[in-house]
Amino acid sequence: MSALKNIDMGLYRKRRFFNFLILFCTMLATAFGLLWLVWLLVTLFANGFQYLNMAVFTQPTPPPGESGGLANAIVGSLVITVVGVLIGGPVGILAGTFLSEYATHSRIAPAIRFINDVLLSAPSIILGVFVYQIVVVPTGHFSGWAGALALAFIALPIIVRTTEDMMKLVPNAVREAAAALGAPKWKVTVAIVYRAAKAGILTGVLLAIARISGETAPLLFTALNNQFWTSGLNEPIANLPVVIFQFAMSPYEDWQHLAWAGALLITVSVLVINIISRTIFGNR
Amino acid sequence: MAKERADLVKEMENTMENGLMNQQEVRREARGLRELSIKLKVKNLDFYYGSFHALHSISLDIPENQVTAIIGPSGCGKSTLIRVFNRIYELYPRQYATGEIILDGRNILSPKEDLNLLRAQVGMVFQKPTPFPMSVYDNIAFGVKLYERLSRAQMDERVEWALRKAALWDEVKDKLKQSGTALSGGQQQRLCIARAIAVKPEVLLLDEPCSALDPISTAKVEQLIEELVDDYTIIIVTHNMQQAARVSDFTAFMYLGKLIEFDNTSKIFTNPRKKETEDYITGRFG
Repeated sequence: MSALKNIDMGLYRKRRFFNFLILFCTMLATAFGLLWLVWLLVTLFANGFQYLNMAVFTQPTPPPGESGGLANAIVGSLVITVVGVLIGGPVGILAGTFLSEYATHSRIAPAIRFINDVLLSAPSIILGVFVYQIVVVPTGHFSGWAGALALAFIALPIIVRTTEDMMKLVPNAVREAAAALGAPKWKVTVAIVYRAAKAGILTGVLLAIARISGETAPLLFTALNNQFWTSGLNEPIANLPVVIFQFAMSPYEDWQHLAWAGALLITVSVLVINIISRTIFGNR
Repeated sequence: MAKERADLVKEMENTMENGLMNQQEVRREARGLRELSIKLKVKNLDFYYGSFHALHSISLDIPENQVTAIIGPSGCGKSTLIRVFNRIYELYPRQYATGEIILDGRNILSPKEDLNLLRAQVGMVFQKPTPFPMSVYDNIAFGVKLYERLSRAQMDERVEWALRKAALWDEVKDKLKQSGTALSGGQQQRLCIARAIAVKPEVLLLDEPCSALDPISTAKVEQLIEELVDDYTIIIVTHNMQQAARVSDFTAFMYLGKLIEFDNTSKIFTNPRKKETEDYITGRFG
């Protein structure tokens, strides 16, 4: 390299050093971010994995000092998450569709978008208190329905946002092409735009599921908890986050062990959902 | 028109004597001898993008079963003009047209016009290929299903017919179930043409259909236009003057949102009336 006369090696070395420095800093920042995730996973596995046995999946939460599992909480969590998404998903997708396809130039769209963003960043406990006020107080008791509704309110803005963004990514040329065949607007939206944005919309729904499956605060005011199997959504229902909250704070060691197992379970499922959604979106 | 036809016959005889005509030209000249009827009558058309006045009082008669080319420099309003013919501009608010366009005796600019039915009658192919995210077969069937109830066998037949018309059948007959987006650019564009003609429109609007294509695909599309014109009225916007000269029977030259000249293609390219037209086709500007 020194053979080239017109190159100032000093300048080049300085630039190379600077390049190295910046690269080092970015790697350091990445490592700092990853460290906590890895630490969290290691701690969870170290403390929780040993308590993860068949009983956790087959037996309901025990009274202190007795053996038991988390089966009722796992099922309860699944049920309210699914019901929550069944409420929030369709509404969110339709609202996102409205914003992307029907309200592009109207004045109401920016307002809806703004309110949706406020909802997106609202503390989840506020939503819990809200549902407490509109469902739990009138009905007089905590219930699975109230929990599912609170979770739906958390999922809703996420789904609205991702649906709108993903549908906006579909090029207008494709909409024009479909309209030029004489396809009415709803047909263009349903048969063409949805199809093109399918992976993105599904990813949004999955991310919303990942988000709500770990929410605790809104459930404290709505679904509460239940030591036993629940027969329906009309009564308080057991769920993992609240069980973890209750058991981890308790003085009983058995309960603490189950809390570790539950925490590991939730974290791993959220991780898996995230990985699945990445894969779907990556493969489209 | 009658006088022009007489001119054409004379011109054709002369050229034949000189032995200079290729087959394409013969077919085109023969088309010129048909009794011409007007398919689209444009009267005092003005078009606005919001406050921008894009088309100024355009009037022209588009003849049936002929290829009409619209040429002109970028931004002169060529695409804008054909986007009025199927009112696709209505997808965007703040764009509007005034004046009249008469198709089969009715003014298609009237607010009473059903846009979906209009678009089924006036098909369109765009500059960039726009395959839908579905199989080749479904791409064709999509438009047909909107307006017709066909049995599976009839639909198969229609899909094959459209793909054959678009000179694509041999290339895709073994991959009808494959995604339309997986085809090459030229194949995608012919798929879009097949999709447009599968609906059996009466008018076919082509908005620079070859600008994204290689020369071989371009030649195929041009050949296709040649074959389709027996059944359809074709309006093609093109940047490529040679293309206009090759495929069209009539040519409209536009400049700065105005229609400068509209005449037989051979007349426009050999003996234009207006100075601007001559400057453009001889490459002095644009």
